[in-house]
Amino acid sequence: MPYLVHAADDREQMLDALGVRSVDDLLVDIPASIRTHELDLPEGLSEQETMRCVRELAGRNRVFEDRLWFRGGGVYRRFIPAAVAAVTSKPEFYTAYTPYQPEASQGTLQAIFEFQTLIAELTGMDVANASLYDGATALAEAAMMAVVDTGRQKVVVAGHLHPEYVEVLRCFADGRGFDVRVGVEHVATDTAAVLFQQPNFLGLFEDASGLTELAHRSGALSVATVDPISLGLIAPPGEYDADIAVGEGQQLGLPPSFGGPHVGFIACRRDLMRRLPGRLVGSTVDASGRRGFVLTLTAREQHIRRAKATSNICTNHSLCALAASVYLTYMGPEGLRQIADVSYQRAHVLAEQLSAIPGVELAFPDRQFLNEFPVRMFHVEQSLTRLRDAGILGGLPVGRWYPELDGVVVFCCTEVNDPDAIQTLVGVLSESGVAAQVPTTSGRSSEGGQGGQG
Amino acid sequence: MAERYYTETHEWVTVQDSLATLGITDYAQAQLGDVVFLELPRVGKLLEAGDSFGVVESVKAASDLYSPVAGTVTEVNESLNVTPELVNRDPYGEGWLIKVHLNGDLGEGLLDEMGYKALTEGQTH
Repeated sequence: MPYLVHAADDREQMLDALGVRSVDDLLVDIPASIRTHELDLPEGLSEQETMRCVRELAGRNRVFEDRLWFRGGGVYRRFIPAAVAAVTSKPEFYTAYTPYQPEASQGTLQAIFEFQTLIAELTGMDVANASLYDGATALAEAAMMAVVDTGRQKVVVAGHLHPEYVEVLRCFADGRGFDVRVGVEHVATDTAAVLFQQPNFLGLFEDASGLTELAHRSGALSVATVDPISLGLIAPPGEYDADIAVGEGQQLGLPPSFGGPHVGFIACRRDLMRRLPGRLVGSTVDASGRRGFVLTLTAREQHIRRAKATSNICTNHSLCALAASVYLTYMGPEGLRQIADVSYQRAHVLAEQLSAIPGVELAFPDRQFLNEFPVRMFHVEQSLTRLRDAGILGGLPVGRWYPELDGVVVFCCTEVNDPDAIQTLVGVLSESGVAAQVPTTSGRSSEGGQGGQG
Repeated sequence: MAERYYTETHEWVTVQDSLATLGITDYAQAQLGDVVFLELPRVGKLLEAGDSFGVVESVKAASDLYSPVAGTVTEVNESLNVTPELVNRDPYGEGWLIKVHLNGDLGEGLLDEMGYKALTEGQTH
């Protein structure tokens, strides 16, 4: 079967109709000097040869066993039940494009509607959209909603919000002409939104209620970036009166896959519904009274408001959202609570054992955390290398984003890190002793005496 | 009753004791069709003449609303939250949109009844 849809005589006919002799005659306006006539490509490969080539390339990846992966920072290893792929690989869903015509696509539309319902229930908000690209763009979209809704041109990032999310936010803000300030001290009567993450990028709990009250006292919206699994255990944004809840849904049945594709979610209070970006599927009845699903409220944003729309995002990650829907439905509220609880328990066991190693201490011993926590240690790079050599992916060093947190590593536990895996990690770090060797040149040696505290 | 003035963007305004009432014209509501939603400013918002103060959304279109006056929004027609169709049914009465405490006089460029009639007749095809 040819890959090119037009056969030679089709092309002849078209050229005849145009009155030119060859396709090259159509390109005469492009100077010959900048045209490429021959591509320097190797001969094609057979399927078998291609598989061998790809397998060799893939073999060069360093793949850590799930249970020995102790790094989070926005993307997590979690167990993915086989039910997820069983549904998402159905050809009706597994297409290159998401069809939206209600006459032809009730299944797709219903799947999106289910996702919206699950996200709204999980976050405790009134309404959620069909999904966005990822957590970072979801945050940026929420900030734009707040800017348009309040008519104010400044948003404030409070606490440790994922630094890459903040970068994406700044990129959007630059294009839309609003300001991003970092630090809760900037909240004032011209603030459109207070943006925070719960638990934050370091894994620590923020005072979400306090930040929401602070936002509301200034007439700003409260925007919570949340970990969807955490909502199995901790209060959802709707409970502390946040106005918009956003987050990354990768943990809900999607593999890390080098950082994407993942799925962003955004949910809000009912009165902000018309500001929601992207697609929104509604439930309705057809002429015979049967339940059906259609895109709703989109004409206004994408088709009519255009440049004046709150957002011009016109797409979503439907297949990834479907994976999240299957995951959440399969787990149910109790399953989600158990996953969050096991992750919490294991992280606390790990935190206790790590901080018993000389030279390793909790970076914020007074702060509560869920399943990710920062420790301060010496020789971060050497320690992580030692772990890597033992087949373990250690925590995430955060000093590159926060100079004051140089020497701080955020470790993460989920349900995949079984007790044996935790013992292995702790064993390698204690035996290596690298953490305890106080550096001789660094000014930080004065802090050496605090080792083992916590 | 105070005289009604019109804008080229199809808003109307009446003024009584420096309190202006704003709405959209009968012509505008007829062109828009069934109004399904109005996005209106908060009380206390400061408007300059020419500012967009909201959006009217109908089954056919979503259009910006422009204020012909400068001042402070003192009242918003809350009943439009539940019954936006008042804008279709009674655009010059119950379908009013906002009240603005004027900051100075009415701006220039407003049309009277005759001028607006000429404008809309010119636009009818």
